[in-house]
Amino acid sequence: MGRLFDFMLPENKSPLTADSTDGLFHFINEVSLILLIGITFALIYFAFKYKRKSEDDKTPLITHNNTLEITWSVIPLLITLVIFGWGYSGWLNLKAVPDDAYEIQVTGFKWNWAVNYENGAQTLNEIHVPKGRPVKIVLQSRDVLHSFFVPDYRVKHDAVPGRYTYVWFQAEEVGESVVFCTEYCGTSHSDMLAKIIVHEPEDFETWLELNGGGPSGTPVEQGEALVVQQGCQTCHSVDGSAGLAPTFKGLFGKEEQLNDGSSLTVDENYLRESILNPGAKVVNGYENIMPPYEGILSDDEITNIIEYIKTLE
Amino acid sequence: MAAAQSKNMTTLQVKRFKPSENPTNTYLTDEKGVWAWMTTVDHKKIGLMYLVAVAFFFALAGFLAIALRTELWTPAKTFIEADTYNQLFTLHGAMMVFFVLVPSIPAALGNFVLPMQLGAKDVAFPRLNLASFYIYVIGAVFTFISLANNGFDTGWTFYTPYSSDTNSLGVIWVTLGVFILGFSSILTGTNFITTIHKLRAPGITWDKLPLNIWALYATSVIQVLATPVLAITILLLSMENILDIGIFDPAKGGDPVLYQHFFWFYSHPAVYIMIVPGFGIISEVITTFSKKHIFGYWAIALSSLAIAFIGFLVWGHHMFTSGQSAVATTVFSFLTFLVGIPTGIKILNWVATLYKGSIEMKTPMLYVFIFLFLFTIGGFTGIMLGALSVDIHLHDTYYVVAHFHYVMMGGTLMALLAGLHYWWPKMTGKMYNETLGKISAVLIFIGFNMTFLPQFVMGAQGMPRRYYNYIDQFQPFHQTSTIGSYILGAAFLIILYYLVRSLFGGEKASANPWNSRGLEWQATSPPDFHNFDHTPVVINGPYDYHKPMEEFQLGLAVEHNGHGHGEHHEVKTDQTEKA
Ligand code: HEC
Ligand code: HEM
Ligand SMILES: [Cu+2]
Ligand SMILES: [Cu+2]
Repeated sequence: MGRLFDFMLPENKSPLTADSTDGLFHFINEVSLILLIGITFALIYFAFKYKRKSEDDKTPLITHNNTLEITWSVIPLLITLVIFGWGYSGWLNLKAVPDDAYEIQVTGFKWNWAVNYENGAQTLNEIHVPKGRPVKIVLQSRDVLHSFFVPDYRVKHDAVPGRYTYVWFQAEEVGESVVFCTEYCGTSHSDMLAKIIVHEPEDFETWLELNGGGPSGTPVEQGEALVVQQGCQTCHSVDGSAGLAPTFKGLFGKEEQLNDGSSLTVDENYLRESILNPGAKVVNGYENIMPPYEGILSDDEITNIIEYIKTLE
Repeated sequence: MAAAQSKNMTTLQVKRFKPSENPTNTYLTDEKGVWAWMTTVDHKKIGLMYLVAVAFFFALAGFLAIALRTELWTPAKTFIEADTYNQLFTLHGAMMVFFVLVPSIPAALGNFVLPMQLGAKDVAFPRLNLASFYIYVIGAVFTFISLANNGFDTGWTFYTPYSSDTNSLGVIWVTLGVFILGFSSILTGTNFITTIHKLRAPGITWDKLPLNIWALYATSVIQVLATPVLAITILLLSMENILDIGIFDPAKGGDPVLYQHFFWFYSHPAVYIMIVPGFGIISEVITTFSKKHIFGYWAIALSSLAIAFIGFLVWGHHMFTSGQSAVATTVFSFLTFLVGIPTGIKILNWVATLYKGSIEMKTPMLYVFIFLFLFTIGGFTGIMLGALSVDIHLHDTYYVVAHFHYVMMGGTLMALLAGLHYWWPKMTGKMYNETLGKISAVLIFIGFNMTFLPQFVMGAQGMPRRYYNYIDQFQPFHQTSTIGSYILGAAFLIILYYLVRSLFGGEKASANPWNSRGLEWQATSPPDFHNFDHTPVVINGPYDYHKPMEEFQLGLAVEHNGHGHGEHHEVKTDQTEKA
C-alpha cells in the first residue's frame, strides 16, 4: 500500500516537507482507504445478505441508535482534528522562513518568470539556487494572477499583482526541478514553465559572479540611487538620525506604532504601501505629509528601494 | 383514540382512496399544445420544462467535455488551438455548474415532487415559479450572446484581474447572464420555503416530512441567503469593467484577493446547493428499495441544515495559496473539517438503513450504491484538500479536478439519475427498459472511474489544471482518462435512447410500481392536474414500511362524495393549517 501512495507523489527533494506533506498525504490515504473498504464491504454484504425474497418481505422497525450516532460522529471528529493539527503545523513551517535564507526575486508576467538576484544577475525561466541553504523566493506579478508551483518541493503560492508573496525551500541535492504556473493566466498558461537548477554552493557563487553586475548595478545599488534621486532623504535619514520622518535605519522587521493606536511588523507589503500610498497608515508621532509615489515609481523600482532599506540594519 | 381535544386538535373524517390504475384525466392530457405548456403554472409541467432544459445543457457541456478530453490525448496540440481549449473548459465548467447542477435537482425534480410529497396542489406561488423558469432561459440567452462576442476564457471562477483585462465584452455578457440566473435560483428557493411552511397536507408535521423535503428546505435557505452575494460580486465586477472604477483590479487600485473572497462566499455554499438536494433523493430511494424505515431520521434531516449553515463559513479553503491572512487560513481549514462530519454521518446512516432490509437492486437503487461509493471518495479527498500543508501541494492540480468531479458528478449527478429513474414512471406514466437501465449504470460506473481515478494520481504528481499542453510523463494518465470519457459518453447515449423510447413504446406504469410509502406515490401515474383528486391526510411517517399500504391512502372524506367505497376513519391531528 505504501508503495502505491509513494507512486502518487513525485520524488521529494525537500526534506522539510517529507513528513508534514508526504507523511500526512499517506496517512489520510491510508485512513480513507480503510474506511472506504469498510463501507464498500458493508454495502455489498447487505445487498446480498438482505436481497429481497418476495414482495411481502417484512422488515423490522429500526429508527435510530444514539450510541451509534455518537460513535460515528466523535471518532471521525477526532481523526480530523489530528489531520488538522498535522496539516497546520506543516503549513506553519512553510510560512516560517529561516533568517539566513538566500533571497531571490521572481516576477511572473504573461507567460514567463523573470528572476533577479541580489548582485544584479538576471535570468528568465531559470532559477539558480545553492544546495543546502534555505532559499526564499519573493513573488510578484506584473499583470494578472500567476502561481508558482514546484512539485518536487511541495510548495506553491500565488503571484499577486501589487503585493509580495513568497515561498521557501531548501534543496538537498544538485539537479533540476520543474516549476509550473498553476493559476490560469490566458493563452500560454500551460507553457509558463521554469526550471530550478541546484548547484553546489561553490559552483553557485561562481555562477553568480559570472552573471552578476548588469548595466545599472545590483538591486540594492539601484535602490540607493533612487532614494537619493527621488529626494526621500529630505525627510528620511538613513543613519538613524531624527527628522521630519522616521529613519530608514533598522526599519525593516521592526514593530511600528501607528497613529490610530494599532501596531504592525514592518514587512515588504507594508513598505510598498507606505511608499505608494503613505496616507493609508500613518506612523504615530508624524504628520501625513509624504507625497504618494503611485504612478511615479515602477514595481521594479519599489522592489529595489525595499531591498535597499532592508540592508540598513 | 384519546377523547381529549386540545385547542389545535381537529377531528378529521377520512377514508381510503386507492389511486386508479387507469387514470383518464392526467396533467399531461389536461392542457395540450405548445402555448398551453409555455404559459402553464402547473409545477409538474414547469418541472418537466426545467428537466428538458437541464438535459439540453448537460448534453452540450458533456459534448464539450469529450472535446476537451480528446484534445488532451497528446501533450501538444491534438486538434484545437490553445485559445479554443481555454474557452471550451470555461464554457464546460460554467454550464455544468450554473445551468445544469444548480437547477437540476431542485428546479427540475424538486418542482415536480415537492408539492406532491406535501400533498399540495401546487407550490405557494405558481406564477413566480413560471417566472423563475423564464429568468433561467434569459440567463442562458445572455451566455449565448457572450459566445457571439468573443466568448470568455476566464475559467468559471472569473478571477480578476484576468477577467477585467481580457475580452471584456464576452465576460460582461456571461457574468450578466449568471447574475440573472441567480434570481431564478432565489425565487425558486423562496417559493419552496413558503410552500413547505404553508401547504403541508393535514397530518404532515415536521417529524413526518420526507427527508427529500428537508434537503430541499436546507437548499432553499442557502439559495436565498448566498445567491445575493453572487449578484453583488458580479455587479461590482461589471461596474469595474464598464465604468472603469477600481474594485478588484490592482492596476486601478483594487484588490484581486477581495474578489476571491466575494466569489467563494457564494460559490462554496453553491457547492451545497448542488449536493444537498441529492442527499434528499438518496434517502427516498434507499428506503423504497430496501422497504425499510430510514435509520436516523433526525440525524439526516438536521445534518442537512448543519451543512447548510457551516457551509457558509468555509469559503476561504479555496484560497490557501492566494495570499489571504494566516489567521483566516487557519480558521477556514478548521471549519472545513467540521463540515465534513455531518456528511460522514449521513453516509453511515444510509448504510445502516440497509441493515435487515429487503433490498431490490432496481436501476435507481444501483445509482444509489454508485453514489455512496463515489461520493465517499469525493468526501475523503475533500478532507485531503482541507489539510493545509497537503493542499499547498495539491491546489490547482488535477487532484482538485478529480475531487470535484467525484463530488459533483459522482455525487449530485448520480443522485439525479437515481431520482430520474425513480420518479420517471410517476412523471411520464411509462416504464423504461430495466435491463438497459442497469447496463448503462454499470457502464457509467466503469467509465467514470476510468476517467477520473487517474486524475488523482497525475494531480498528486504535479499535473496542473487548466493546461492545454502538458509534459510527456503525464500522457498515459491522460489517455486512460480520455478513453474513460468515451465510455461515459456512450452510456449517456444509451440512457437517452431508452428513456425517449419509453415515452412512445414503454410499458404502462402502475400508480406505485415500487410499492413506496411516499405520498407522491399515492396519486395516479401520471398524476391528475391537481395531483390528488382528494385532500390527502397523513397519519404515518413517509418511511413506515412496517405498516400496511392501506394506512397510506387516506384523504379527507367530507370534501369528496361519490368516489370510492373505502371504509371511514376518524383521525385526530394537531394540524391547524388547511391545504
Ligand atoms: C515630504 C517628506 C517626505 C518625503 C519626501 C518622503 N517621505 Fe516617507 N514619510 C514621511 C513621513 C512624515 C512619514 C511618516 C508618516 C506616515 O507614515 O505617512 C513617512 C513614512 C514613510 C515610510 C513608513 C515608515 C515607517 O516608519 O513606518 C516609508 C517606508 C517611507 N516613508 C518611504 C519613503 C520613500 C522611499 C521616499 C522617497 C521615494 C519617501 N518616503 C519620501 C515623509 C516623507
Ligand atoms: C456533472 C458533470 C460535470 C460537472 C459538474 C463538471 C464540472 C466541471 C468544472 C466546474 C470544471 C472546471 C472548469 C474550470 O476550471 O473553469 C470542469 C473541468 C473539466 N471537466 Fe468537467 N464536469 C462534469 C462532467 C465532466 C465529464 C463527464 C468530463 C469528461 C468526459 C469532464 C471533463 C472535464 C475536463 C477535461 C475539464 C478541464 C480540466 C482542466 O483543464 O482544468 N467533465 N468540469
Ligand atoms: Cu498561468
Ligand atoms: Cu468550497
